[in-house]
This record gives sequence, structure tokens and C-alpha cells, in this order.
Amino acid sequence: MEIKVLGSGCAKCKTLEKVTREAVEELKLDATIEKIEDIQKIVEYGVMMTPALVVDGEVVVKGRVPKLDEVKTILNK
Amino acid sequence: MITYLKKNIIYITILAVAWVVFYKYLSPITDFIIDDVFRLEAGKHLTETLRFFIFEVPKVFLLLVLIIFIVGIVRSYFSAEKTRKVLKGKSLFTGNIMAALLGIVTPFCSCSAIPLFLGFVEAGIPIGITFSFLIAAPMINEIAVVLLIGLFGWKVTLIYVLTGLTVAILSGWLIGVFKLEKYVADWVFKAKSNNQDISEEKVSFEERIKLGYTSVKEIVGKIWIYILIGIAVGAGAHGYVPEDFLSELMGKAHWYSVPLAILIGIPLYSNAAGVIPIVSVLIEKGVTLGTALAFMMSVVGLSLPEIIILKKVLKIQLIAIFVGVVAVGIIIVGYILNLIY
Repeated sequence: MEIKVLGSGCAKCKTLEKVTREAVEELKLDATIEKIEDIQKIVEYGVMMTPALVVDGEVVVKGRVPKLDEVKTILNK
Repeated sequence: MITYLKKNIIYITILAVAWVVFYKYLSPITDFIIDDVFRLEAGKHLTETLRFFIFEVPKVFLLLVLIIFIVGIVRSYFSAEKTRKVLKGKSLFTGNIMAALLGIVTPFCSCSAIPLFLGFVEAGIPIGITFSFLIAAPMINEIAVVLLIGLFGWKVTLIYVLTGLTVAILSGWLIGVFKLEKYVADWVFKAKSNNQDISEEKVSFEERIKLGYTSVKEIVGKIWIYILIGIAVGAGAHGYVPEDFLSELMGKAHWYSVPLAILIGIPLYSNAAGVIPIVSVLIEKGVTLGTALAFMMSVVGLSLPEIIILKKVLKIQLIAIFVGVVAVGIIIVGYILNLIY
């Protein structure tokens, strides 16, 4: 699984990255997590509100920080 | 069986009643605490400072919780994507008005300013209309409205919102009229996204209520300390600083007080929560309303950090024009309000 956290470095973006790492760890997933801070790359995903969560190339969350449980549900799909 | 929604409605009703009762009796409760529990002598500096503090803190927090909750629900109906769709293909001026209005309700954080700008440009929205959005969004929001109502009442709040909207609409319109697209950084027009249409997440009404709760928790958790400090400073000034302390420097008599207030405001950066208590002190100590609101608009709407962020997508000429146009707009607002009041 390929997970990307999009965000230019604001507090919320860091929280999302942390939550995502926790979720992956708890689910013991085989996944790579990459933080993308380059605005041009963020825009390539069509995202206008950061932070956003991208799983295998698909934007699943944008503009908010979901709770740990929600991230786990999303990643389990 | 009681559904989750019904349970929520019951909770909300109870909370709403408690809210109204508490808000209504705040003044007698405060007087009771000050005069009867602590038995402080009325009229003394310390007494009146404490009275102000004990009255203002719960009042501002009550308003804050109520309005953030409502705005949290309202906001869940809006998103940057929907706003972009609405603004697409709109003509100048109409587009500017809608952009400024949508700037109030669309969820927005200044750290998203650049991706949002790029997203708008990509959809072919003229930059003038985008600017109306970007000027209105940080300047007019629920926190500003709550604090203005709490400290100055409805009339001043309405004046702030209406003049703020006017500045956002006209500044964006002017930038649009002069077709300043050439001053946008070249790479901006090349940035292309792969998936234009991200499907909207379906949200039930229950979830919207939850979003309301969440935004209260999030925002109050973030700004409560500024508000406490702000009100404490305000309370201290209320009791101790002489009435006309600042009127010498920034009173009505001086033509330069409005531009001076704006100049001081630009390098200062704060959200509405931080600046409004200061504004209340300014007004109480003799600064005129127009000057004080101009100062606030300048602090919230024009800021160095924002200018530095915008530098990534705008050439220096356009940044200068943007700051100049908005500053002139705020100056005019300041003068007009000073004339009326």
C-alpha cells in the first residue's frame, strides 16, 4: 500500500501524518508513508484544501484531520 | 427506539435552554459574585477590573461556542470544490460579490491559500475574483463576528462585516479590471492536476452535527488562551488606564491616524481572536471606531506571513498592487466611519 500525506507543513498536516502512522502501525499494514510538501505536487492531486490523505493514488480525505478510527477504517478497505 | 439523531436533538435542546438562561442572568450572577460573595467595594479599580473579567469571559465563550457550532454545521455544506464550481464562468463584479460572500462560509485556512489559488486559476477563474475570496476569507469569519458582537454589539459587527465585504469585492474587482494575470508567476498556469473532480463525500445530518461539535472543540481549544489574555488585558485597561490615554495619538483630530493604524497593522500578524481584545482597549481609551476597525482589518487581512506565502505564486508587482489596493480600501473605510461616528 502506498500512502501519501499532502500538506505544506501546517499543524494540521503534521497531525494527519502522525495519525496515519499510528493507524498503519496498529493495523500492522505493509505500507509506505510519504509526506508531500511540494505545492505543485499537491495540486497535481486536485487538492485545494490541505491536509489530504492519498491511498494508492486516490484522494480519500481532504481539508480535515480524521480521527484515528476513521483512518483505520479507510486503510482497511 | 430513540435514534442517534433524536438523542442529539434532545441534548441540543437542553444545552440551548441552559445557554439562554445562563447568558440572560450573567450580569446579576457577576454582581452577586463580586458584591456578595467577595464583598468587594463597588467603584474601586480592582473591583471593576474583576467585574469586567468575570462578566466578559463567560459571555464571550458562550457566544463563541454557539456561533462556532452553527457555523461548523453551515460550513459542512460548503467546500473549496463547490465554491470553485459556483465561481467558474462568472462575470467580473457578480463573481467578485459571490467570491467575497463564499469567502465567509467556505472552510479556509491560510495554509491552504496557495493550493486554493492554483485550483481556482486552473478552473479559469479570473484572479480578480480569486482575490475577492482570499481577502474576505481571513478577514470575516465566525471568530471575528463573535468577538465583535461580544465586545461592541451588533451594530459595529454589521459595519465591520459590510465594509470588510466591500473592501474585498472592490479590491478584487479592481485587480480584475486591470487584467493583472501577467504578474502571476509563470509556472502557475502550467500546473495541471490529474483528477479534476474529486467526488464529494456524502455527509448525513448527524455527521454535520458532529462536525459542529468538532469545530467547537478544535477552535475553542486553539484560541481560548488568546481570548483569556485579551480579556484580561482589556479588563486591566478598563480599570486602570485613563480614558483618553490614546486619543492624543490616534484620536479624531489627526488626519494621519487611520493610515498610521494600518501601517502598524501590516507587520503585526494575528487572527481575529488575538486582535479584537486589543481593539476593544483602543476604542475604550479614545481611539475612534473607524481607526480601530481599520487597524483590525489591516492586522487580520494584510500580513507579512501571508505576503511571503503569496510570493510563491505572484510576482512582486502584483503583491504590491494587492497590498496597496486593500490598504487604500481600508483607509477609506476608516475615514468614512470616523466621519459618521
